Amino acid sequence: MQSGWDTKRLWRWLLLSVTGLALLGQGPFTDTVSLADAADKRSAKPAAGAKTKARSRAAKAAVPRAALTGSAREIVDFINKQIRQGWTDNEIEPSAVAADSEWIRRVHLDLVGAIPPLETVESFLKDRDPAKRTKLIDNLLDDPGYVRNWTTVWSNLLIGRRPPRRTSRRGMRQFLREVFARNRPWNKVVYDLVSAEGHFERNGAVNYMLAQMTMRDDGVQATAKTTRLFMGIQVQCTQCHNHPFNDWKQDQFWQFNNFFRQARRVDHRKYDPRSGRMVDDFSELVFTDFSEKVFYEQRAGTLQMVEPKFFDTPVDAKPETDLRKELARLMIAGQNPLIAQAMVNRVWGHFFGYGFTKPIDDMGPHNPATHPELLERLSLEFVKAGFDVKQLIRWVINSEPYHVTSRVGGDNKVDNPAAGEAPLFSHMYVKSMEAEQLYDSLIVATGAHKAGGAGWEESEQQRQQWLRQFVIAFGTDENDETTTFNGTIPQALMMMNGELVQKATSAERGSYLNRVLGERGSDTVRIRRLFLSTLTREPTRRESNAAIQLIKAKKGDPVSAYQDLFWALLNSNEFIFNH
Amino acid sequence: MRIPTPRGMNRRHFMRHMATSAATVPAMQFLSDLRTHAADIKKAQKACILMWMGGGPPTIDIWDLKPGSKNGGEFKPIDTKGDLQISEHMPKTAMQMDKLSVVRSMSTREADHGRGRYYLHTSFVPNPTVVHPTFGSVVSRELGAKRPALEIPSFVSVNAPSGSPGFMGARHAPFVVGSNGQIRNASLGDDKSRLNQRLRMLSVIETNFINSKRGESPKSHKEIYQKAVNLMTSEQMAAFKVDEESEEMKDLYGTGGFGQGLLMARRLVETGVPFIEVGMGGWDLHNNVFTTLRDQRLPQLDQGIAALTQDLSQRGMLDDVVLVWMGEFGRTPRINGNVGRDHWAASWSVMVGGGGLKGGQAVGKTDRDGTRVDGKAYLPGDIWATVSHALGIPSKTVHRSKRGRPMKLANGGVAIKELVG
Repeated sequence: MQSGWDTKRLWRWLLLSVTGLALLGQGPFTDTVSLADAADKRSAKPAAGAKTKARSRAAKAAVPRAALTGSAREIVDFINKQIRQGWTDNEIEPSAVAADSEWIRRVHLDLVGAIPPLETVESFLKDRDPAKRTKLIDNLLDDPGYVRNWTTVWSNLLIGRRPPRRTSRRGMRQFLREVFARNRPWNKVVYDLVSAEGHFERNGAVNYMLAQMTMRDDGVQATAKTTRLFMGIQVQCTQCHNHPFNDWKQDQFWQFNNFFRQARRVDHRKYDPRSGRMVDDFSELVFTDFSEKVFYEQRAGTLQMVEPKFFDTPVDAKPETDLRKELARLMIAGQNPLIAQAMVNRVWGHFFGYGFTKPIDDMGPHNPATHPELLERLSLEFVKAGFDVKQLIRWVINSEPYHVTSRVGGDNKVDNPAAGEAPLFSHMYVKSMEAEQLYDSLIVATGAHKAGGAGWEESEQQRQQWLRQFVIAFGTDENDETTTFNGTIPQALMMMNGELVQKATSAERGSYLNRVLGERGSDTVRIRRLFLSTLTREPTRRESNAAIQLIKAKKGDPVSAYQDLFWALLNSNEFIFNH
Repeated sequence: MRIPTPRGMNRRHFMRHMATSAATVPAMQFLSDLRTHAADIKKAQKACILMWMGGGPPTIDIWDLKPGSKNGGEFKPIDTKGDLQISEHMPKTAMQMDKLSVVRSMSTREADHGRGRYYLHTSFVPNPTVVHPTFGSVVSRELGAKRPALEIPSFVSVNAPSGSPGFMGARHAPFVVGSNGQIRNASLGDDKSRLNQRLRMLSVIETNFINSKRGESPKSHKEIYQKAVNLMTSEQMAAFKVDEESEEMKDLYGTGGFGQGLLMARRLVETGVPFIEVGMGGWDLHNNVFTTLRDQRLPQLDQGIAALTQDLSQRGMLDDVVLVWMGEFGRTPRINGNVGRDHWAASWSVMVGGGGLKGGQAVGKTDRDGTRVDGKAYLPGDIWATVSHALGIPSKTVHRSKRGRPMKLANGGVAIKELVG
């Protein structure tokens, strides 16, 4: 494609293309590199000679430099260096930088769980500040949408979308809202979740444990989930035998299991005077004496006894010792506890669709990380920063790989984790929207988020109600590692004919479409607006033409045509993917 | 002389429209293709109908009575057209027992609702490392894939907690419907041409994204939409419309949810659906087991099973349709203080019939008091292996979990000799 660039040609090309496209006023390129940026890069010294290096410089040249200082700057630089090393080692070139329109949609979906509203998009595209991406990240981290989104993400991880009976979803969410609104240090959060006791609404953290204790299973599910979710290690295989792939032995599972035996779930019922029957009241988690020994059955049938032990650390289990508090204390102790690297891996995976290991919660020598030094450094820094989750996020998404497009380039086709390859992060990976993101995005696309009115609790109820039907059609029980479309026919039917999309595309007075049509402007302007508010980009020429054809065909009834166009936009693959 | 062509409308452009308009309402020609296929579909196609008894039914009061024992309870056994006796409150089914058999020697160790439900549906005990597919998803994959003319889903679940497709993937997920035959969001509406216009616009936008080099997912999305549109526009959707049956037929099966669900199942089988699960709940009878059975559960159950068996038999379909009746476990032989029975997995019964299997038999036995299996005991995998045999799914079939771990069909269960002959 391009041969032998020197800086002069680069500068000329940039100037011409940006000006040219700005004049055309069309296409997704009007909002890339600013002239100021290009001037900056002009002074960049060419590295020693190969054309690949020059091309990579051209790609690098356009990366909006994160406007960070001090240690944050240093950490982001380290991330960039480590990722770039992976590209070099694998002889691939990264894809180009994502256009602002592509990037703003992605960062909104990832941080606040919904597509960006039209006004935000338009002002961002116009903004010439070279630091705008970093500033947007900071703004979004302070947005109430961030709290809501991450409460949802972690509520789903901790108790699932359909929480088991006798568990308070409300209590769980209250706990999490506080965690993310106050940016509570992650080690303290883990401590609370593992060791909490009490009433399921007064101490919402207990709902995590309660959700693992629905069957009388001697704490097996709690053991398996706690180690996997917080420490990123999969001991559940060793419930029944030594792990087939790593050094885990069967006794390790049962050593962990010891810590959960004192937890007991108590479900209270109460008399309901109206029906005259006993109904469910609250549930709680209480401490109970457990002086028995824990035994497990080996494959050959022999019984083994096992004491509580945290990896190599034995625990002095006196009868009054609260073993869960002990476990929590041990889990968060040390300079680089497993909870740090597990959280780093998860946060990275949230933004990129893949973590440094596959699966994201199976870490260890048997499953080496794709970027081990990077993972280690990020974990150490996370601990040093007091387990500050927002800061970790800042490092991750100010880094270069978070800003490349999801289009696969000519030179990085092999970077295809969906096909089983190890991810190299040379292009963004396509992720499916979660059900909640879809709902929230539909709200934003129709401007309904501005209607305000409903308080937090009520709008959450509405969303839950809508989700209930959706969850049957949409989500699976497994927290899939994204990117493969897990759509089903009922999901498609719902999108095509269901109430929410019907409401969104409604043409009644006061509806979004009615408003769009009521404003001054040509069809072209209106078409552009609909594309921007759903796909966050301008229509292509072909799309514009098809839309205009549609409007012409329904000459007497333009509203109907716009409904059809809007319907098509909301049902499209591009809408439902986060890319 | 240059013939002016409308701009952009050259042949290549037009052909592209043809290709991208794939997701549109079928033209007349395609509809007629469907009708020729319909004849094929009516030809014998194997299917399984699972009757799921949610809560754990007291099989000791239904299929394996113990009149001589203190555990025997209030019911007496009656003779049937088969070589076994069943509950006096299942008289209609008794007349069909030459076509149905009972496996009395089920013995599992999962007496928890959640675990038992999972175990009986998948043949595997719940395990944190993998989500196993419910058996309907297995059948959907093995048989559904071979039925290209089937436009509706190949695994339908009527009022039943069918479970997850697990590593079979979402395309084999149960298609959940209520027994009234109404499918959410599936109605085409009056304006077919409007849907067509919408789909055409959709196609333009989707094609643009598919061509933008972003991997496979955008294309998969389009394929699922195609399937959904097929569903909406398919004549096979009529299979769900139980209301269209004659009043006699509806009365034969019974007007409750269970009866109507079975009637729908028969219609779906006729359309070529290979697996339908029909649920009936309320079996968790810790209290008042006899009055509840006698006055509420058994009449419905009896009517439904008998009607389905008779109907399939009269239509010449019974040899191609395997019937399975089970819950997550049985109930205690000992009657508790509330005149009820509690959870019991050590010795209980499952009913299996049709599908060319041997009917009229009691396979295996329990002791005099019903507390223990005498002789060989069977596991869920053995039941599903028997069903697989009847459906023609090779017993050596192995599937792979998402991590490539091999999973034997029905967890390596073995088809029950007395049934497969």
